[in-house]
Amino acid sequence: MSLPVQYVWLIPLLPLLAAGIGAVTPRGGVKIASAAAIGAMVLGFFLSCGALATALAHPAAHATANFAWFDLGAGTLRLGWVLDPIAAFMLVMVTFVGALIFIFSTGYMHEDERAKQFFCFLSLFASAMLGVVIANSLLLLFICWELVGLASYLLIGFWFHKPEAAAAAKKAFITTRIGDLGLLLGMLWLYDSTGSLLFYDGGHGVLEPTAVANLNAQLVFGGLALSTVIGLLIFCGAVGKSGQFPLHVWLPDAMEGPTPVSALIHAATMVAAGVFLMARVYPLLTPDALKVIAFTGAITALMGALIAVAQNDIKRILAFSTVSQLGYMMLAIGVGSWVAAIFHLLTHAFFKALLFLGAGSVIHAAHHEQDIRSLGGLRGPMKVTFATFAIGMMALAGVPFLFSGFWSKEAILHAAHGWEVSHLPFYMGLTAVVLTAFYMTRLMAETFFGKARTHASEHAHESPASMTIPLVILAVCAVALSLLAWPSPWLQHILDPKAHAEGGGAGLMVLSIVLVAIGIGSGWAIYGRTTREKATSADPLAARVPGVIAFLGARMKFDELYAATVFQLNAALATAADLLDRYVWDAAVRLLAQIGIFAGLVNRETDEDGLNGGFDATSESLRDTGKAYSRAQTGDAHGYLRTVAIGFVLLVLIVMLGGRR
Amino acid sequence: MSLSPLQLCLLFSSALFCVGLVGALSRSNTILVLLGVELMLNAANLNFIAFWRFSPSPSPATGVMFVIFSIAVAAAEAAVGLALVIAIYRHQKNIRLQEANRLKG
Amino acid sequence: MILPLVIIALLTIAVAAIAMTLRNLIHSALLLIGSWAGIAAFYFWAGAEFAAFAQVLVYVGAVSMVVLFAVLLTRRSRADLEVAPDAIGRGLGAMLAGGAVLGVLFGAVFATRLDVAPTAAPTASVRAIGQQLMGAHAASLLVVGVILTVALLGAVVIASTDREGGKEDAR
Repeated sequence: MSLPVQYVWLIPLLPLLAAGIGAVTPRGGVKIASAAAIGAMVLGFFLSCGALATALAHPAAHATANFAWFDLGAGTLRLGWVLDPIAAFMLVMVTFVGALIFIFSTGYMHEDERAKQFFCFLSLFASAMLGVVIANSLLLLFICWELVGLASYLLIGFWFHKPEAAAAAKKAFITTRIGDLGLLLGMLWLYDSTGSLLFYDGGHGVLEPTAVANLNAQLVFGGLALSTVIGLLIFCGAVGKSGQFPLHVWLPDAMEGPTPVSALIHAATMVAAGVFLMARVYPLLTPDALKVIAFTGAITALMGALIAVAQNDIKRILAFSTVSQLGYMMLAIGVGSWVAAIFHLLTHAFFKALLFLGAGSVIHAAHHEQDIRSLGGLRGPMKVTFATFAIGMMALAGVPFLFSGFWSKEAILHAAHGWEVSHLPFYMGLTAVVLTAFYMTRLMAETFFGKARTHASEHAHESPASMTIPLVILAVCAVALSLLAWPSPWLQHILDPKAHAEGGGAGLMVLSIVLVAIGIGSGWAIYGRTTREKATSADPLAARVPGVIAFLGARMKFDELYAATVFQLNAALATAADLLDRYVWDAAVRLLAQIGIFAGLVNRETDEDGLNGGFDATSESLRDTGKAYSRAQTGDAHGYLRTVAIGFVLLVLIVMLGGRR
Repeated sequence: MSLSPLQLCLLFSSALFCVGLVGALSRSNTILVLLGVELMLNAANLNFIAFWRFSPSPSPATGVMFVIFSIAVAAAEAAVGLALVIAIYRHQKNIRLQEANRLKG
Repeated sequence: MILPLVIIALLTIAVAAIAMTLRNLIHSALLLIGSWAGIAAFYFWAGAEFAAFAQVLVYVGAVSMVVLFAVLLTRRSRADLEVAPDAIGRGLGAMLAGGAVLGVLFGAVFATRLDVAPTAAPTASVRAIGQQLMGAHAASLLVVGVILTVALLGAVVIASTDREGGKEDAR
């Protein structure tokens, strides 16, 4: 079974239809909406497998199907689909993880009375995301990209009656919009200098050698190549969407949405869109642009891991670990190994979705208690969740050999090690490895070990099968993906046939195993051996270095920093505009008005004396006539209109019948 | 008899025009009446495009020209109309059209 | 080439008809925006892309916002959104008048011989439109600009609160 590229648009169309069905079903039709959403995703998954088969048959070719959208002046704007291995892998991943998360949501959301809208939004989101993946035009990608942003706004703010959720939705939307402005500018500049936005177009696309060489040759200010500037502008969009430093602030707040949303959007797919975009436009990126990307990624990876150490909300810890992992992916792209980035993206999607859904299961069981200090002892009552969560944790922490996360992280570190520009990102990545293992161990120890510390966690029970079955499937995948890809450089070969395959260095692998062991060991030593007694007892780490933990716990004060700088600047500008408006423009208007009044005075003098007398007599007679006619004015506007309509009919009848004779 | 595409377009615009007319005639809410009138205007615009599209020798962009000017004027009309609605509302605290008859003779 | 036209026409008319019968004012306004979008789709079908964009920008974008603002500014409670059922007599009269107009129009369309040969869609490139606007129709363009300005000022004057005498009305 294989799906030719001409029909690849079916895959995003299916969830779009499901969203339409969800939108028109009446309020109680949760069953219909969820069945349509899940059905569309499952069907989409099979189609995606077909697309993967097509793509794997010719891994080096970028099969495209382009068509003209509309003519604009002398030019034609063209859109299209592309089907190559990277798109096909993303399609399979998004539909598979999406389907599982949809199934999970039927269990998680069954008490919510707006569950129908929820499935509608989820389907819309999945459709937009699949559109991003198969787009062969930067414009089409941008359209879907914005749709993804819209869907995420709707979903984060799904519980909009909570003020925090509404604020988080706005924050996410506006923060990503800042990055999108860069993307838009980059796109316009690209169109201006190449006359096309298609990625691949039989030699004329912007990612193909002719256009890239042309862009590299053009220099703009400061001696930068034009492609560097455009690449960095596009990177701005990816920074916003993928939660990179310094626009990462929205991602943790986005955890106010329902947990399946966190799993789908803020772990598996949407945030991956930025990484995917950079991998897609990789041919356009110059070494200068890659340097910026690598350092941004490294800073994000380290910062996310540091902040995650000091968080207490189970979802926030996972959110910051997402920030950190996305930093890894950007780092991989920056050091030139976009294959490793995509590999990590795929494995991360599975195990992070697993972790979020596991967290959702815990939250569901513990009656929406999200603070890990108040949980504890869930190992006993929630065996399935515990086992699957542990697998996800080990995959994220990079426990060697069996788990997919280890291999993909190893690929990134290896690539960073081989980067000739600087070794600093490599060391930052290594530090983040230790921290990741450490905070995930803390999360496990606090949540599942020890004894139950509040009423809610004492009475926790295993979640229903609709929630645990996706967990088990995702856990199997988190392990199985490691067998799929790394031991032989198969994926590398498929995605990028030109690159020469390189084996992982054994020394580096030993080093990172030691680092993971240090992280888990220290985490267990601090949090696992002596577990917390009460929910309120102090954090052992915070007791030792209180200042640092408080600073990290406040998320490095980024929100406060932005409030003090960006918001203040904005307010100052608004005040300036207000003053300008009030005193400068208003004064001008007043001056004009005074002139007008003076002219009016002169006018009146001549008017009253000379002209009025004659008009008075005329108007007297007019008034009498008017009075006679005003009887017909009933004041009923409908009546007037009706009269006009009937008069029209009569006129037409007269003309037609008269014409016949 | 078979209909030519032009006739289909004209039927379309006639039907839309009548929907707008019935709406404007039957509803008491002034905003809805205005919207009905807008719909009638739009139906008229449809004809311009239809005749331009199917005319034997289309002169360059004449129909489009008409529609653009018509849309501009309609926008002005909508702005003034809705301002009037707000003024009516301020005077009589509702927007029922049949009560707005202070100017009757 | 006929099928899309029929679909667009039926959808647009249906949406407009539903909008005109709904009780909830907001729903009506939203549906009408949908039917304006349908008209834009018709322009697109007929090859008048520029007119379609103008329709989308002006109606779906701007006028719809003005309408929604008017709806929201003139309601006082949620119950106000539910338009009171209209007088049956007026509804009947409206149906009669509308039906008569519909009959006349349809009769005229059917009775007129309009057997034009199917021609290729004429093109109206943005360049040509721009040249027409700035060349042959420059005067009209100026007049429309003046109309829009005056209408805008007029709308502001009508909708603004009275300075004197109307103080109690302003609240």
